Amino acid sequence: MNKTDVLIIGAGPTGLFCAHQLGIIGLSCEIVDNLDKAGGQCIELYPDKPIYDIPAVPECTGEELTNNLLKQIKPFNVKFHLNERVEELKKNQNRWHVKTSGGVEFDVAAIVIAGGVGSFEPRKFPVKECEKFEGNSLFYSIKDKSIFKDKTISIFGGGDSALDWAIELSNVSKVNLIHRRDGFSGAEASVQKVKELNDQGKLNLFTKYQMDSVSGDKKIESVKIKHDEGEIKEIKSDYVLGFFGLIMQLGPILDWGLNINKKTVEVNTENFETNVQGIFAIGDICSYPGKLKLILSGFHEGALAARGCFKYAKPDEKLRFEFTTTSKAAQERLGIKK
Amino acid sequence: MVKITYHTHDNKTHTVDVQKGLTVMEGAIQNDIPGIDADCGGGMACATCHVYVKEEWLDKLPAKEDGEEDMLDMAFEPKNNSRLSCQLIVSDELDGLEVNIPSKQG
Repeated sequence: MNKTDVLIIGAGPTGLFCAHQLGIIGLSCEIVDNLDKAGGQCIELYPDKPIYDIPAVPECTGEELTNNLLKQIKPFNVKFHLNERVEELKKNQNRWHVKTSGGVEFDVAAIVIAGGVGSFEPRKFPVKECEKFEGNSLFYSIKDKSIFKDKTISIFGGGDSALDWAIELSNVSKVNLIHRRDGFSGAEASVQKVKELNDQGKLNLFTKYQMDSVSGDKKIESVKIKHDEGEIKEIKSDYVLGFFGLIMQLGPILDWGLNINKKTVEVNTENFETNVQGIFAIGDICSYPGKLKLILSGFHEGALAARGCFKYAKPDEKLRFEFTTTSKAAQERLGIKK
Repeated sequence: MVKITYHTHDNKTHTVDVQKGLTVMEGAIQNDIPGIDADCGGGMACATCHVYVKEEWLDKLPAKEDGEEDMLDMAFEPKNNSRLSCQLIVSDELDGLEVNIPSKQG
């Protein structure tokens, strides 16, 4: 059981800055995120795209912003629980008992949901029968590549994941790479490599094809692919891999008794608390009149929510407003030596 | 105002007035037309505002920018007439535009 003042759900820029604000006022926190790294949408959707509207930062990429936020919260030694999704919240007297998908448990005074538009999950094939094979012969990510040795693999997608795995697996497996158009979104060098391998007969590239159906008994045996112009090919496959990026799903948040409107959680603008006492929501996931889905708004919301958490974490103490320029306590928490 | 018609997957037709300068995505969101998620808020970063454009309108639309086709690779059941509605800015030329909203966005 991890005991801390506040649990932050979501390690995007808003959640990270909220951790900073909690640290400044002397509260401890831990952060859970479903992705394998911090940064949220900034890292997952646009790590290389420049952002121009962070106050006092004329231009930075999603990755730079994330790294700077991580640097900013370093003094607080915030513990991260990555690859974990919060599944269950239970009120336990004045505190919350929280459980994640991986069985990690927390005992906290307050919860801040900074979950963006939900947790990132892989996008799946539109073909219904795929569900039946998911996890046994159809995958959206690879955990153990050794199972593909000497097998026939059909990979769908045109981004870096699809290209990189096609190239790598072509060394040990028979690989079919299927993509809906001639262009690819992955790195140009990988596209050239795939085309070379195709010319050398070390990989079969099918462009302008999409999945039509999969068939097999317990495991996939073959997959049918359909050309833009309607022609259908059946290719033998032991495994099917789909790499269509990630999509955001609200997931278990829907079951926590919060007022939810159009995939967002309603909050008050005084401290960004939801209709449930002790649960706050900030960033893209919260809604209130005038809400802007900007990172800078998330920072403001996090600062107020952190202060809102104080009365739950330290009910017998009064929070005094202080500036980091002059507050000795804040500077000590930041580890500043004078 | 420009008239845009959205055909939703439940076979309903919604014809609404959308202010010039907004996107076809925003027109759907403001009018509570179901089936457009627009998770990223119009940043061409998520492919959850995917629509199928009625064939006769395809040539009248602004060309796809770099990146839109890449995102469409991720969309649910993309077709040749697929577009991201956040990239379609409403103008007089698009008066009467019709789009179909897919059965789901991901």
